[in-house]
Amino acid sequence: MIRPFGWNEFLIIVMAAQWTIALSAIAFAGGGIGGLLVALARVSDIRPLRILAVGFIRVFQGTPLLMQLFLVFFGMNIFGLAINPWVAASIALTLHASAFLGEIWRGCVEAVPPGQREAATALGLKYVNRMRYIILPQATRIAVAPTVGFLVQLIKGTSLAAIIGFTELTRQGQIINNATFSPFMVFGTVAAIYFVLCWPLSLLARRMEVRFSRSTQR
Amino acid sequence: MTEVTTTASTAGMPGTSDLAVTMNGVNKWYGQFHALKDITLTVARGERIVICGPSGSGKSTLIRCINRLESIQKGKIVVDGHDLGAGAKSVDVVRQETGMVFQSFNLFPHMTVLENCTLAPIKVRGVSSAEAEATARKFLERVRIPEQADKYPAQLSGGQQQRVAIARALCMNPKIMLFDEPTSALDPEMVKEVLDTMIDLASEGMTMLCVTHEMGFARQVADRVIFMDQGEIVEEGAPEAFFSSPKHERTRNFLGQIS
Repeated sequence: MIRPFGWNEFLIIVMAAQWTIALSAIAFAGGGIGGLLVALARVSDIRPLRILAVGFIRVFQGTPLLMQLFLVFFGMNIFGLAINPWVAASIALTLHASAFLGEIWRGCVEAVPPGQREAATALGLKYVNRMRYIILPQATRIAVAPTVGFLVQLIKGTSLAAIIGFTELTRQGQIINNATFSPFMVFGTVAAIYFVLCWPLSLLARRMEVRFSRSTQR
Repeated sequence: MTEVTTTASTAGMPGTSDLAVTMNGVNKWYGQFHALKDITLTVARGERIVICGPSGSGKSTLIRCINRLESIQKGKIVVDGHDLGAGAKSVDVVRQETGMVFQSFNLFPHMTVLENCTLAPIKVRGVSSAEAEATARKFLERVRIPEQADKYPAQLSGGQQQRVAIARALCMNPKIMLFDEPTSALDPEMVKEVLDTMIDLASEGMTMLCVTHEMGFARQVADRVIFMDQGEIVEEGAPEAFFSSPKHERTRNFLGQIS
């Protein structure tokens, strides 16, 4: 039974975007927390922590996201956990985002002039307060643009979760294509939806970058 | 309130002696580079010391060791009765008791002038924000920029920024003030306003160590001038003798070059 690609099929694909958004949101939130920890470990005074963070970053930057998804998905099974695409995709993308955001934010923390840390230290502020009130607020301003840029990568990256059977935008496209056999229409629609999600974010990142560079030149 | 009284009443306690700073056989290396060589120096309470010397002579490193922005490899530094080698606790205390002013101001750009001045008293000393603000306004008054309290550092001139930095340090009620080339990054017309602030401070009896090339300032306020070269204290003396009859060749050369 081949059915035509019509309004209904279009809506089914559009509705699947919510799962792409949900998975992106989970990965971004988890990656935000993980990334902060990775970044702090990466600039820590404690050497083993630094080495651990570097190792984590290298592994996730040096392997394809698809392999990371596979390893978590099948690895869960080996450790006796039920195979669940939701959980596997969330964990894999969270780890992935933690590594990348950690490295991006490390750069932002290090971009804060060393005099800021020295002045805070000289005033008697200890590590937590130094980070919280002096370093991180300044690093955050630098971080906004590259972070939004990475979010775009992450949204596009969720499409790989289709391969482990997570029904998001891409997977829904495959399912509809199996029924309609009009791949150009189907994947054209899928691509257009990704574009609609990502393009405004790219614009936002660009705008923030311009604003930041303007505010730092004096 | 209680914070302030305890600090005041214990002020004389650890420093049973009259010494604000003692450095004994202090050595520091950056890799192979021997930055400080056997520095021995004592600073009495209320003493004003000016440290000068060519760039790379170790003078900034020397005062940065006093609040442990730099660590040392050999020797002993005691600040206000607290041995910096005795662990993190005493380092914390010393940093609270010493104020530092940097060449590049290092104000916190994302905070207003007032916030710059109140952050450490609130977070480190634990004073209430109302009290911290009152103290901050008092010191901003003293450095003669009370009207700038709600501006951000970038809106101020260099001289004003440096005076804020001095006020910020004073808000912690330090016993010792360290100045690391406070006027070197300033346009010439702004040097005087900062020096005047420092002179005021000196006249109030603050213990001060200043790395500076402002020899006029040294003559006017210093009790002692120290000349450093290649990581060593080459010569020290009262400003009168130091400037009129320097003993060492290197001191004479240096003074000849800067005047």
